[in-house]
Amino acid sequence: MTLHVDIPEETLASILAKALRNRSFLIGLAITALVAAVAILSYVWTPYDVTRLVISDKTQSPSLAHWFGTDHFGRDILSMIMVGARNSIAVALVAVGIGMGVGVPLGAFAAARGGLIDEVLMRMNDLVFAFPALLSAIMITAIFGPGAINAIIAIGIFNIPVFARVARAGALAIWPREFILAARAAGKGSTLITIEHILPNIATLLLVQGTIQFALGILAEAGLSYVGLGAQPPMPSWGRMLFDAQTRMVVAPWMAIFPGMAIVVTVLGLNLLGDGIADILDPKSRRQR
Amino acid sequence: MTAYLLKRLIIALATLVLASMVVFAVLEIIPGDPARLMLGLNASADQVEVLRNQMGLNAPLAIRYLHWAGGLLSLDFGRSYTYSVPVIDLVRERIVVSLPLALIALALSTIIAIPVGLYSASRRGRAGDAIAMGVTQFGVAVPNFWFALMLIYLFAVWLRLVPAGGFPGWSAGVWPALKSLLLPAVALALPQAAILARVARSALIEVLNEDYIRTARAKGLPYRAVLWRHALRNAMIPVLTILGLQFAFLLAGTIIIENVFYLPGLGRLVFQAITQRDLIVVESVVMLLVAAVIAVNLLVDLSYAVVDPRLRSRQ
Amino acid sequence: MSLLEIENLSLAIGDTPILKGVELSVAPGEVMGLVGESGSGKSMTALTVMQLLPFAARATGRVTFDGIDILAASEDQMCALRGDDIGMVFQEPMTALNPVKTIGEQVAEGIRWHTRSSRAEAEDRARKMLDRVGLPAALFPLSRYPHELSGGQRQRVVIAIACALKPKLLIADEPTTALDVVLQAQILDLLRDLVAENRMGLLLISHDLAVVTEMADRITILRHGEVMEAGDTARTLSEQLHPYTRQLAQASMHVPARPKTHAAGSAKPLLQVEGVTRDYPGRRMSLFKRATPVRAVDDVSLSIAPGQSVALVGRSGCGKSTLARMILALDRSTSGTIRFRGETITGKSETELKPARRDMQVVFQDPYGSFDPRQKVEKLVAEPLHVLDKKPAPAERREMVAHALHEVGLGPRDMDKYPHEFSGGQRQRLSIARAIITRPKLVVADEPVSALDVSIRAQILDLFAELNQKLGIAYLFITHDLTVARAITDEVLVMHDGRIVERGMTSEVLDHPQSEAAKALVAAAPDLHRAIARRLQEQG
Repeated sequence: MTLHVDIPEETLASILAKALRNRSFLIGLAITALVAAVAILSYVWTPYDVTRLVISDKTQSPSLAHWFGTDHFGRDILSMIMVGARNSIAVALVAVGIGMGVGVPLGAFAAARGGLIDEVLMRMNDLVFAFPALLSAIMITAIFGPGAINAIIAIGIFNIPVFARVARAGALAIWPREFILAARAAGKGSTLITIEHILPNIATLLLVQGTIQFALGILAEAGLSYVGLGAQPPMPSWGRMLFDAQTRMVVAPWMAIFPGMAIVVTVLGLNLLGDGIADILDPKSRRQR
Repeated sequence: MTAYLLKRLIIALATLVLASMVVFAVLEIIPGDPARLMLGLNASADQVEVLRNQMGLNAPLAIRYLHWAGGLLSLDFGRSYTYSVPVIDLVRERIVVSLPLALIALALSTIIAIPVGLYSASRRGRAGDAIAMGVTQFGVAVPNFWFALMLIYLFAVWLRLVPAGGFPGWSAGVWPALKSLLLPAVALALPQAAILARVARSALIEVLNEDYIRTARAKGLPYRAVLWRHALRNAMIPVLTILGLQFAFLLAGTIIIENVFYLPGLGRLVFQAITQRDLIVVESVVMLLVAAVIAVNLLVDLSYAVVDPRLRSRQ
Repeated sequence: MSLLEIENLSLAIGDTPILKGVELSVAPGEVMGLVGESGSGKSMTALTVMQLLPFAARATGRVTFDGIDILAASEDQMCALRGDDIGMVFQEPMTALNPVKTIGEQVAEGIRWHTRSSRAEAEDRARKMLDRVGLPAALFPLSRYPHELSGGQRQRVVIAIACALKPKLLIADEPTTALDVVLQAQILDLLRDLVAENRMGLLLISHDLAVVTEMADRITILRHGEVMEAGDTARTLSEQLHPYTRQLAQASMHVPARPKTHAAGSAKPLLQVEGVTRDYPGRRMSLFKRATPVRAVDDVSLSIAPGQSVALVGRSGCGKSTLARMILALDRSTSGTIRFRGETITGKSETELKPARRDMQVVFQDPYGSFDPRQKVEKLVAEPLHVLDKKPAPAERREMVAHALHEVGLGPRDMDKYPHEFSGGQRQRLSIARAIITRPKLVVADEPVSALDVSIRAQILDLFAELNQKLGIAYLFITHDLTVARAITDEVLVMHDGRIVERGMTSEVLDHPQSEAAKALVAAAPDLHRAIARRLQEQG
């Protein structure tokens, strides 16, 4: 008799109440907000100027003056991490934007049309997936020259098939539902149905995937700048700082420890945030064993 | 069954052909003339032209593609501009580092992840699960090259248990060679294991909510038996998917990790070739890696059919 | 001496009370029917006996099975009981079997586990059991996988698993709800035989009073976790002493008042379906041969007059829903024509269809799935206004929605709510409001009441009847439930294997079916009147 259909039975207030009780979400949100705040703060204030080299202060261990120590040019690590956050966030965020902006319409279109168009789009996806993302990003940045913009494009391209897949899978799960049939019986076309019914119902899915890709983007950007293909000096970036630290591990391990921790904390925050959102909004995860 | 296999095979081959076209096309539009690059800036236009002809760079695009693709099939990858040796020799020399590295990492990641996933899923919501998931949450967030640096600091610099980098070659004996691959493999594997463990856990939990688990419990099977006999095999499908994706990830990961540990593998080769604009090497190695990814994905598709009888009978 | 004795059982999940002081007993060889509407706690009662409750559930009281205190039993003790002395059959056969294991493995598994017998022995017993439940070796070898079986066949496998070790007690939780009436009758027969053969106690849980009356010696009626009435089936239902029992029985047999009825052929037909066929691409058997298509609808012709209410009945998979979709122009026909108000609608573009869509609306089965959970009622109910040539202004639109809501018994304040704020019955009212907002001439309703509890079902049938009378809307009711057809339609079309095999006045067809398909349907359909009469007769 009972027909079990997972429909999020939520109002804004109840979602909010649940969010406030969800530990992952709260911690994730706090960390993400902190990182964002630090990045914004770096525009107006950093403990030291990151463009000024003070050779006399080089490779100082952490102290009250330099909480995270200094690098081989005497620059303050904390200040560099603060400025580097901007770069990381900007690259990853825009790359997610590219992925969503192109991938979601493609996936939704493929799901709405089906047939040959769907098949072709999905095979294109397979094609992109066949290229190890980081390898291809290295190729792209090597060909078009290193720099933050090309890093964004390289990472963004590989976000496209990810979002296309998620959007398509989500849309395919919605299309056979009766409310879509009702909309079709009301004479609505597939484009209108996609806009009015499909997209709002897969928004949660996309939001969660967005946080995941954001986190992966930060890792990828760090990787690219580590091999020297990301943001170029003097602009500090977390990956580049790790590269500089590598040969100085013995004398100045803090040069490697703190930028790495910055990456870990940021990615951790975003992942927790994504998990939290999924927990709060996905009725499935609330089911008991 | 055969129809499913055939379809997957055709798709894999088509993807491979398309990928080769993409690789060829991308390298065609690279700024800079390879012939001029090889001869240096002092060469005259005539000299460059002669070399261009020798290298077949003046032939029409389609001919050059076919020639190149035909060469790939017969394992004739051409000659490296910078090393002036056949690319196949370089590949042969390097693959004995990269392939064992990727395989060890994959094996490590699976061996760690599956038991953790099983443990967490079976103790869902209890302290053990919470701790395991906390640790994996960190693991997912750690960039592998930073983890590698920390491992070097801890085991090579501080404890002096293993070499900090370099590769003695297999001729120096299996043990020393394996020892120098150990840290890189761990650095590659642990972050991947964290992801895999989380996927395995959620796949298991999803399966444990299914009706047929209740049927099995109603038969009188204890929870543990249900987990092993009914849940695990059904949860394998998402786990296999992630394993396939991770292989591509590990391959790409080797590029950076090999640089961190100064390992003379394919990743380091392709990275150096990119910076030196040694296009033939780049093309060849990228194609090789792409072919490996496609082959592994095909393997994953086939293993779906082994796990899931529904795929075997679907046409 | 009872086999199962439940005394003063209370159950809470977290802070929510589910059961309050439930009393129930089952004797060996006895069928106890547990009846109640959704949310009454019947499934939770069963899961308590099996000790397969959700994590947070806490039970108090006494549950004794064969002298064993179930609530105090350890997990090991319960494992020994489950599948050996107590078997259980569930509602949803499509998902109740592990898709990656053969049916042989799944039946043999419990046998091996409990008897510690060898694989060969266990498989031998599994084979015999599958033969017993009607799955002979020739057609259903042990190596079959669940996906190769139909829903009814899968339910037989589940029963084989549950009864493989001849349990003393079988718990069947809505075992036939997901099956059509003919399969339902077959499965109930099988259960009845198994009870008689093994002197097994059967706790049969169902929402369907007619099913329970046909099967059970005694019944227990549950509401909101409390026992309303319990006793001998025939006496309880014929005397109907408790008001809730009376309410349930009356709702089950409810026939809405419809003074005006319409006979066919009296006026120009509203809908004409002529020789419509629908093929689906079939399964490919070989790479090189073209697949033979599956014919879902085969050369169907019918017509509906304005204001007429017609039922389309048939077993599941007979093609009735496909036909409905073609009439609604949501699916294309392979051949044949469909005319609505005299205009051909087959092969028309969406723009050309707009005028027809205005006069033709739809109500679906699932009151939960037929609304976009992210939209408010106003937008949902107003959706069909999309087909109007002149889009109404916002104020006008609100006015129209309020009017439609009023007609289905909802208030204008409901406009700003989300669908999940309504109960199942209210949602079906919303569904009807959406269907009538454009003042259509025909509403196609696909199993509109089969997901509703009986008392709600009666109200919704009343609403359908009222709108038919007041607004003169013609209905095409697609249903597998003959009680619904009898209650609300003038004429019945019986569909079987894609063809219409019989048509006629509703009472005529249901009382004197001519075709084999119609006879089978009528014979299998549970009927409360008939069941009570038969029970009383048996007892003299």
